[in-house]
Amino acid sequence: MSAAAPSKSGFFDCRDSFAATIEALAEADPRIVTVVSDSVGSSKLGNFRKKFPDRMVNVGIAEQTLVAVGAGLANGGKVPFVSAASCFITGRALEQVKADIAYSNVNVKLIGQSSGVAYGELGPTHHSIEDLAWLRLFNNMKLIVPADPWQTAEAIKAAAAHDGPVFVRVSRMAVPALERPEGAKFEIGKAETLVEGTDATIIANGTMVHRAVAAAKTLAAEGISARVVNMATVNPLDEAVIASAAETGAIVTVEEHSVRGGLGGAVAEVVATTNPVPMRILGFPGFVPTGSAEWLFDHFGLNEAGIADAVRQTIARKK
Amino acid sequence: MVYEAQQGHPGGDFSATDILATLYFGVLRYDPKKPRDPDRDRFVMSKGHCTGAFYSVLAAAGYFPEADLSTYMEPLSMLNGHPNRNYLPGVETNTGPLGHGLPVATGIAIAGQIDNADFRTFVLTGDGELQEGSNWEAALTCAHRKLENLTLIIDRNRLQQGARTEDTASLDPLDDKWRAFGWHVEMVDGHDHAQLLDVLSASPKGRGKPLCVIANTFKGKGVSYMHDNVAWHHGVPNKEQYEQAMRELV
Repeated sequence: MSAAAPSKSGFFDCRDSFAATIEALAEADPRIVTVVSDSVGSSKLGNFRKKFPDRMVNVGIAEQTLVAVGAGLANGGKVPFVSAASCFITGRALEQVKADIAYSNVNVKLIGQSSGVAYGELGPTHHSIEDLAWLRLFNNMKLIVPADPWQTAEAIKAAAAHDGPVFVRVSRMAVPALERPEGAKFEIGKAETLVEGTDATIIANGTMVHRAVAAAKTLAAEGISARVVNMATVNPLDEAVIASAAETGAIVTVEEHSVRGGLGGAVAEVVATTNPVPMRILGFPGFVPTGSAEWLFDHFGLNEAGIADAVRQTIARKK
Repeated sequence: MVYEAQQGHPGGDFSATDILATLYFGVLRYDPKKPRDPDRDRFVMSKGHCTGAFYSVLAAAGYFPEADLSTYMEPLSMLNGHPNRNYLPGVETNTGPLGHGLPVATGIAIAGQIDNADFRTFVLTGDGELQEGSNWEAALTCAHRKLENLTLIIDRNRLQQGARTEDTASLDPLDDKWRAFGWHVEMVDGHDHAQLLDVLSASPKGRGKPLCVIANTFKGKGVSYMHDNVAWHHGVPNKEQYEQAMRELV
C-alpha cells in the first residue's frame, strides 16, 4: 500500500497514489466500493474496475445521483468512495452533499479529483477553487488536502478508517515527495511542521506545500526564519498549531483555492478570535484568466518568489 | 399534530396516508426494535414535508411512543418538520429538499443487488417533485441496472404547492414516461388498500425492471374542505375546521 513508484522527474501524480491505495484497501475490506460518473479514467480507477468489476458503480454523467447513490450504498452497509472531478462532485451536487451525506451524517468518502486549477486552460467552469469554502460549512465533514503521494495514501486510509463523511481533495498536478522525519504519521486534524522557524509561519496545503518549503529556504538564505506548516486537514483545523504559528507574529497562508473561505479563511477565523497577528492569504482572487495551471500559479504569485515576498511584507507589518 | 404545532403540510399528508399505512402494515419487513437491521426492507420518504403522515405511521408501527407525536416541531423534538435519521429511528435518510429520495434509494438497492440480498427498497415521492431532474438521472441508473428490488411509489395527487401539476410543468402522460425510461409501471387507486397491497406485495423476483406504482390520490383526502384543494398544501385549520376534520376522519 505504499505510494506510487517515483517517476523519472521525481514528481508524482497523486491520483496514482489514490488508485493504488483504494485497490489495496478493497482487497482487505469487501465493504469498499467505488462510485463514479463516467470518471473512471480521470480517477485512474481502470485497474480497480478490472479487479473488482462488481464493486464499481458507474451512474453515468449524473453527479446528483452519483453523490446520492453513495449515501444509499452506505445505508446498505458499504463503504463507498465516490470519485469525480472536484468541480462537479461539489458544485453540481452540493445539495446532495449537504442533505444526503453531511446532514444525514453517513459513512461516505467523497474524492474530489483534479481539484484547484489543474484543468488550467479549460477555464473556471472546470476549476475547483470554491470547493473547500462550500464544504467547510458542513461542520461534521472531514476535509483533507494531501500534499504529496505518501500523504494522499495516508489520507485515503484514514478516510476509510473514519466512520463518517470525509472529503479528500486529490490533485493531478505533479508534486515531489516531501521530506519527513522517519516514522512520520498522518492523522486527520493534525498538521505537520516541515520546517522549523521563528520569524513567521507559512501555512500551506496540497500542491502549495513544496513551494512553501522552497520559499522558506530562500528566506533562510536572507536570515529570515520561516516555519512551514502543512495543514492538510482543513476541517477540523489543528488549532494548537495555529496558536503556535501566531506566536511567530506573522502568518502567510497559501492554497490552490480562492482566497475567500478556504484554508486562509479558516486560519483567519482562529487567528482573529484568539491572537490577532498580521496575516496574508495567498490564493486566487476569483475566476481566473486563461492559462495553464503552472502559468496561473506564477501569475498569482503562488510560487517560491511570491510566497517569499508575502512573508517579507507580512513580517514588515509586525508591530 | 398540525393543529397543535400550528404548521405542517396536511394536504399531502392525507394523500399519502393510505399508501404509508399499506406499506407499514401490509408490505414492509421491519422490526422497530432493530431499526438498522441490515436485512430490513427500506422505506425512503422522499416527500419529506409530509411528516404529519409519516410520523403517525412510524409511531403506530412501534418506532416511538404515539404520545411523542404531540411534540411535533417543538424545540428540540426528534420530530423535526422534515425527517432526520439521526434523531428518529426508522428514518433512512434526511429528506426535505425534493428529488433526493429516489437517488438515495437507488444506492440502497444497488447495495442489495451487489450482495444479492433479499431486502426490498421502497421510495415514496410526490408528483410535483418529479419536476426535479435528479429523479430522472436516477431513473436511468435504476433501469440500466435492472433494479427489480426497488419500487417507486408516486403520490399522484395532481397538485403541487402553487397549482395543479398539469398547469405548472405537466407530467402527463406519466406512465408512458416511466415506461420509456425502462420501468415496469402499475397504476392504482392510491386510497384503495387492496389495490396497493396487491401491487406492492407481489414478489419482484424475475421482473428484471424497477417498479413504478402511480398511485392516484387526492390531496386532503378524508377532509371535505381540504379535498383536492391546493390551498391546503400547507395550512393550519382553525378550531372549528379542526373539529370538523376530526369528525370526518373518524
